[in-house]
Formats: sequence, structure tokens, C-alpha cells
Amino acid sequence: MSSRPELQAPPDIFYNDAEARKYTSSSRIIEIQAKLSERALELLALPDDDVPRLLLDIGCGSGLSGETLSENGHQWIGLDISQSMLNVALEREVEGDLLVGDMGQGLGLRPGVIDGAISISAVQWLCNADKSSHDPRLRLKAFFGSLYRCLARGARAVLQVYPENLAQRELILSFAMRAGFAGGVVVDFPHSTKSRKEYLVLTCGPPSINTSVPTGKGEDGESCSEDESSGDEENQTVSISDRHRPRKRQKITKKGKGREWILRKKEQRRRRGDDVHPDTKYTARKRKPRF
Amino acid sequence: MRLLTHNMLSSNIKGVANGFPLGIEVEKVIEKQVELSADFLRNLFPKIEWKALVDAARTMGYAELPEEVDSSMLDSNEFLTKFHHALLELHLEEGALVCPETGRRFPVTKGIPNMLLHEDEV
Repeated sequence: MSSRPELQAPPDIFYNDAEARKYTSSSRIIEIQAKLSERALELLALPDDDVPRLLLDIGCGSGLSGETLSENGHQWIGLDISQSMLNVALEREVEGDLLVGDMGQGLGLRPGVIDGAISISAVQWLCNADKSSHDPRLRLKAFFGSLYRCLARGARAVLQVYPENLAQRELILSFAMRAGFAGGVVVDFPHSTKSRKEYLVLTCGPPSINTSVPTGKGEDGESCSEDESSGDEENQTVSISDRHRPRKRQKITKKGKGREWILRKKEQRRRRGDDVHPDTKYTARKRKPRF
Repeated sequence: MRLLTHNMLSSNIKGVANGFPLGIEVEKVIEKQVELSADFLRNLFPKIEWKALVDAARTMGYAELPEEVDSSMLDSNEFLTKFHHALLELHLEEGALVCPETGRRFPVTKGIPNMLLHEDEV
């Protein structure tokens, strides 16, 4: 079975209660989503005057991306097709307003009222025809048309997408352009398979200096993230300068996770309400060899 | 759902020319305290359809908003507080939104309006 959720079931069915809970209890997904939404907010390039804006979160799911918006003081309206995901969002007591809606049916908002829109890993769903009445082209047209209408002049929309292939990216982009948007694709870490992320940065209104597309992170061979680069360096020293070193020695020199890491993880679980042993002087201590 | 969202939403059923404002059927209203941000309100004020907001607030049982407004009133703290209360603190918890042209009901449960359209309405 494919690992792409888009190929398994329609979004309102795929994100059922179980999947929604899984999605929101995974700290890895939470971290990735938070990073993606922070970057999307950065690309949104809102004026730097500390005034809260009214933003739209398309495919808000359980409100992970909305939380980033709230942290930055903005008001937001979230739209998602999956009732289960929104129920989780309710439990998490997100600050924005939630709507059940299908972005492929158009957004149904008044023209020119939204100061910016973000969408994290959602728009590629539009490329699938999950019902006989669905036509991806019509749905993309309805989505981008209504998005263009509801945005204020000069406002931006930043849509993080996972297109399945080149054709899908072309399709999404061409419909965005046809709706009147200016802009293009920003690719962060284009040389990495894992952390490569694509953002459609679209601006409402005619092309100008403001509509030029910002550059992606890590385009000129810049390293992707701190841990990954350090990992690479280690591998390199092992493989090039010291490749005859016996296996066992390598293991000994490798440091464990450390006390700090363990304390952080325990704190995390405590916040989640799990039963966690108290921190003592024995926490994260190494066992003696005789044990 | 706050009245802020209600003021932005319109019905997008196929063939509906003017889907704004959506009518409100109230079953349950709750209030949640939110911090007031004068900058946000000033920034948002020109985009608000005032009449729709006044009518909606009245339906929800809050009749303190003045009928006529202009931007000079934004300097008064008293007005800002009322505006803020109506816009961000009143939540429609249970009820429905009604399309003004077709009369189609969009149910609101647990504060979430269901705006999904049927296939023949797209």
C-alpha cells in the first residue's frame, strides 16, 4: 500500500477519529507541523507592526498550524473537511474559529476580507477525484478563484504542498496563475529528500516588487538542520580518515542521550498527563557494569 | 463560532447571487473572555459589514451596539469594548446558519458550522 494518504481514501474518511488522534498525539508530526507553519507565516511576510491580522487556515485539521498563528497573536478562521480532526481541535481548545467545509467547493467568504492565508499539506488533496462528481480541474478552479476573491489586495497566500509528481505541481500552479495570482514555488532544502518542502507563495494583485518570490532555505548547499549536518560530519570522519577503526570502538565513543535529554522527555510526558517517575539524582545515571 | 466569522461567511451555493448575511437560528450562545486588542479592531473595522454585525448581535441577545457608526468612534474605549464583545466574545454554540436566498440551513454543532454543500449545490 502506498504511504501517501491521498491515495488511500478521501480526506473526510481517511482522517477518522483514530487517525485524527494518532496525528495529534505524535510529537514528531506536531514538531514538523509547527515548523512548517512558522515558515509559512514567515513567507506570508505580514507587515512588521505587531497588529494582529485575520488569517485563514485552509485544511486546519486539529489546529496544529493554527496554534502557531495564535502564538504570534493573530486571529484565524480554520477550514477542514474532516469532522474528526475538528473535534480534536475542539479538545485542544484552539483559539480560532472552525468550519467544516470542502475547499474544492469554494471558500464561501466575503470578498477582500482576509489578510493572509496559509495551508499546510492540504492542497494536493484537490488533485484527487474521490467521488464521481469530482473533477480536480473544476475543484482547483473553484478553490483558487474563491481564495483570490476573499483575500485583500496585496495579501499573500502561502500553501505548503506535497505534490505527488511534476504534473501535479504544474497543475496546481497553473490554476493558481489562472485565478490571477502572482508568485511561484519556494523550495526549502531542494537537495534533501527528507526535509525538502515546497511552498506556493501567491500574491493577490498585479505583479510588482512585493510579489517577487522569496528564496528557499538551503538552496546553495546550506545544511538542512543542525542534527543532520553533525550526523553527516561524523559519518565522513569515520569513512574517510579512520575507516580501519574497529566497529566496537566507534560504539564506545558515541555519547548517549544524556541527562538533559531525558529530563526534557520526562517533562514532555508529564505535560501530557502520563505517569512519570520523579526526577532524582539517579535519573539518567549509568548502571555499573556489574549490574 | 464568533460573529467575526459570521461577518465574513457567505453562502456559496450555486446560483445564489447574494449569500450574505447568513441568518442565525440560535439554540445556545456562550461567552468567552478574550483579551481586547484595539489595533486589531481598528484594522478590521473597515472590513466589517456593520449592519450585519448589529443584526447578528441582536439575534444572539446583545443589543448594545449603535446602529450608525463612523471611524471616529474607534477612539472611544466604551465603543471598542462593545465592538470587541460582540465580535470576539459571543459564540454561537448550537443552532444553524440560514442562506438568505434559498433558505438552506447550515447546522452549527459544538460551535462548528457545517458548510459542506450537497453535490447538486456545487
